[in-house]
Amino acid sequence: MDGELLRIEHLVKTFGTNEVLKDIDFSVCKGDVISIIGSSGSGKSTLLRCINLLEDATGGRILYHGQDILSGAMDEDSYRAKVGMVFQSFNLFNNYDVLANCTIGQVHVLKRSKEEARAKAMEYLAKVGMGEYIKAKPRQLSGGQKQRVAIARALAMDPEVLLFDEPTSALDPEMVGEVLDVMKDLAHSGMTMLVVTHEMAFARDISKRVVFMSDGRIEEEGTPDQIFNHPTSARTRDFLTRFNEGRA
Amino acid sequence: MTISEMNFFQRMVYIVQQYGMSLLEGAGTTMAIAIICTLLGCVIGFAVGLVQTIEPHKNSNIVKRAILKVVKFILTAYVEVFRGTPMMLQAAFIYYGTAQVFGINLGMWSAAIIIVSVNTGAYMAETVRGGILSIDPGQREGARAIGMSQFQTMLLVILPQSLRNIMPQIGNNLIINIKDTCVLSIIGTVELFFTFRSISGALYTYFEAATVTMIIYFILTFACSRLLRWIENRMDGPANFDLATGDTLAFTSGLVRYDEKRGGTH
Repeated sequence: MDGELLRIEHLVKTFGTNEVLKDIDFSVCKGDVISIIGSSGSGKSTLLRCINLLEDATGGRILYHGQDILSGAMDEDSYRAKVGMVFQSFNLFNNYDVLANCTIGQVHVLKRSKEEARAKAMEYLAKVGMGEYIKAKPRQLSGGQKQRVAIARALAMDPEVLLFDEPTSALDPEMVGEVLDVMKDLAHSGMTMLVVTHEMAFARDISKRVVFMSDGRIEEEGTPDQIFNHPTSARTRDFLTRFNEGRA
Repeated sequence: MTISEMNFFQRMVYIVQQYGMSLLEGAGTTMAIAIICTLLGCVIGFAVGLVQTIEPHKNSNIVKRAILKVVKFILTAYVEVFRGTPMMLQAAFIYYGTAQVFGINLGMWSAAIIIVSVNTGAYMAETVRGGILSIDPGQREGARAIGMSQFQTMLLVILPQSLRNIMPQIGNNLIINIKDTCVLSIIGTVELFFTFRSISGALYTYFEAATVTMIIYFILTFACSRLLRWIENRMDGPANFDLATGDTLAFTSGLVRYDEKRGGTH
């Protein structure tokens, strides 16, 4: 299919005897904004980590522009540089300041010049509203600020797709908004995004497609309207009902 | 006035006047060995500690795995043997052993440096291993996720943070080395403790010579511990940071500033 960036085929992941992902199939096209929802332990985060090769998939294929990543058809590091990741716990480099966090990958992985890397980093730091903080160390920033820097760091690598692993789950409630706003801007700018989230409003309003995972499987997949207003699976309905009750 | 007629303080002054230069030379030798060997020990320790934290790659073949296993075994044996035996005996073993078995005369300096470095390296290897393990796995994942290789991740992200964390332990090792070079007197290295023994042997003033020598040792170790604390503070960088408001690069054309849109978050 034209414009297809990633295709996941029959992906299986087991930890010991525990089967966390069971036969996952789905694909990501250019410009897609896909939210992955589901209860804790349903395998959402593991799926993202398998896609970025932070976990070794036990079986199945991950095709990136048709190349099978798991078979070693493409160098793992260059693949990772193309698939950005934003973590729940930020994972900014504690030994570098904000600017260096955003330039180090460009200089050492993409072999850009220091000046070019700096200009690029400044561009994206300004975009996430952190342009003034280039000299700060991660420990001097709030959670929301750290996550915005982490997004800028990922963007500076010019990735083709960005993976978000519960980017707002570790944040104080008043900081969730500032990170979600950045993500909304990104989605509107045409960035391809795969977002594991518990923010149902974000999933409903921003994403093009929603994937509901349950017990290591994709239970249901569709437009936000289909999933939130007309779910066909009983499990999806259960989850959404429980979720709304929890909110009320 | 002969030495036997002097009081405690007069004897100390006499020792400093008569043997001041020898004591300074001894202190110099002690410091030189301690500093060189702590640095070399750190290099050995980083190398050994790094190898011991290597996990075989999932695709690496059986030969590579076997080699890694053998190397790790040898390094573990090195660490255990040199941590588990007295340095004084290691000094005698290496110095007299190389002469007797291989017919090599190491010379006092090279023998001293080899023995103390290798001994320090054994302790540092465990310290470095601990330092690497203490770094949050998220740091490694963050680096791998932007495409850094294993090597780059180690060099640019993990090791600098480990080094900061183990600085107190490196300081410990330096101070221990300043004091423990005294065991090298067994192979005749003329360091501070050797000088003390010469003075006390010549004058029969053990108490006063010991007092003077202890004061010198303390000045050396105390100065080092202050210096290391200063280096640690330098590594931490300033507690505050400046906002880069005047930086024109921050407002690249065509981009909306985030805080303007939201009405300011600062």
